[in-house]
Amino acid sequence: MSISTTYGNIMPIGHTEAAVTAARPRHAPSTRIALDVQNVGLRYQTAKRKEGPLVLSGASLEIRHGEFFCLLGPSGCGKTSMLTLMAGFLKPTEGQLTLDGKVIGKPEADRGVVFQGEDALFPWLTALDNVAFGLKMRGMGKAERYAKAEQFLELVGLRGQGQKYPTEMSGGMKQRVQIARVLVNDPKILLMDEPFGAVDAQTRSRLQDELVEIWQKTGKTIVFITHDISESVLLADRVGVMSKGPGSHIASIVGIDMPRPRYRGSPAFGVMWEQINNLIESQEGQP
Amino acid sequence: MTQLYERSAQTTRGPSFLARFMEAAHMPLIYFGSILAALVIWQYVATNYFNPAFFPSPSIVLTTAWEMVLSGEIFVHSAISLQRIMLGFFIGSAVAIPLGLLMGSSRYIRAAFEPYTEFFRYVPAIAWLTPVVLWFGIGEISKVLIIVYTTVFIVAINTIVGVGNIAPNKFRAAASLGATPLKMFLYVTWPATLPFILTGMRLAMGNSFATVVSAEMVASDKGLGFLIFNSRLWMATDKIFVAIVCLGALGMAADRIFRMLIRRFAHQYGSAE
Repeated sequence: MSISTTYGNIMPIGHTEAAVTAARPRHAPSTRIALDVQNVGLRYQTAKRKEGPLVLSGASLEIRHGEFFCLLGPSGCGKTSMLTLMAGFLKPTEGQLTLDGKVIGKPEADRGVVFQGEDALFPWLTALDNVAFGLKMRGMGKAERYAKAEQFLELVGLRGQGQKYPTEMSGGMKQRVQIARVLVNDPKILLMDEPFGAVDAQTRSRLQDELVEIWQKTGKTIVFITHDISESVLLADRVGVMSKGPGSHIASIVGIDMPRPRYRGSPAFGVMWEQINNLIESQEGQP
Repeated sequence: MTQLYERSAQTTRGPSFLARFMEAAHMPLIYFGSILAALVIWQYVATNYFNPAFFPSPSIVLTTAWEMVLSGEIFVHSAISLQRIMLGFFIGSAVAIPLGLLMGSSRYIRAAFEPYTEFFRYVPAIAWLTPVVLWFGIGEISKVLIIVYTTVFIVAINTIVGVGNIAPNKFRAAASLGATPLKMFLYVTWPATLPFILTGMRLAMGNSFATVVSAEMVASDKGLGFLIFNSRLWMATDKIFVAIVCLGALGMAADRIFRMLIRRFAHQYGSAE
């Protein structure tokens, strides 16, 4: 098997659109910008000190319509903070974020969030009711929302499990419920914060494969946070590597132009892994 | 025990029946066996070492209880105490639950009410008895108000703790799923806090029993507290014991109901009580 030199074009931020287009994987259906992070800075306000720690500084990123984007970086670099801003749970101290040109100010149903922890599920509701929650909030009738929720439970491989409560389900099943709960709402973009970080390795690789299938079926834009290089190589169209904090930003973006389905053992996979690992190590080496 | 085993072995051809019976019934057997053992010890100690007027035996207490059942006296006192407890407890909870939910949800409301909850929860209800009787008279209202008071703080504080225990991700998830603040309150805050509210109510029920007895001792002519206090004047120790047994039995029954409710509403949380 030969390794093509086109794998992994490393593009620093601020490159011309031509370079971006050249590196665009052929699976990404569009170059239209969905989510635009414009020169964003974030400083946490703590109660005691007025000046909290600087988490993000001058972070810019353009997420394209329909792409699978992985945000990767050393732990504590502010990946989750970035997602928190995208979701609208926090407002940036500097700069702004827009989704389809509209400034993000607060959490809304057009940005679905899948959390790492299962504590985001509602334990007093069955899986079906958890999935139907967003539809209920939007005032959809009972019969209609249950029919839709059933359909999305099936999409994530939980057919017939709708009457179970979260405490009766495994970690992997709970993450499937979270994904279905977000997808049923038909958001413009999916924000996933290390969603498979807490499940066992075998379940994890199954969930990764299924997520790619779901992404291909639904055509959703996905921003996926991870600290696992393999995961990003397996899933992403493009990988954004964040610089070391404090005051981190997107240091470089790597296009992963590998055909799908991807195989974790293929030589191309290893090359890609090495390349991204070098980028992260060069980040960690910096003062 | 060996004897029992051998006899059953003969009659049922093998120990399997007894083994299966023990498997199903060993917890209730220990439970009721313990009660029986305590009664036997009580009977033995009371009849052999004490004057009945000083420490009556269970058989004397049972005889007196039966007389009080026949005369209807025990029902009058139990019913009025229970009525005061229930009224005060439910009114108190009805006040405390919305108050606790609001205090837990809004730091402004919390700041406005916290001085009072923090201050008055250390002032026992019974300390208020005289002013309350002065203001509201010696009738039922004062007794019920005292129970309301004792219930409010316990239930409210548990509710506030419950709201504080909700994982922030739940609110974030709900907001991203399109919940407005009002819907978030109804569909996240309320159900997530319910097990804490029920636990608070369970604790408050215990306190209501304690408070009603004290109130009835000081300012009442009916009720189990009155029965205990009045019997003291006549050295009717047996009647005091009947009242004590009544209080314990009623309290246990109320607590059972609450444990069932908590199990019903909290089982999805993985922790029953």
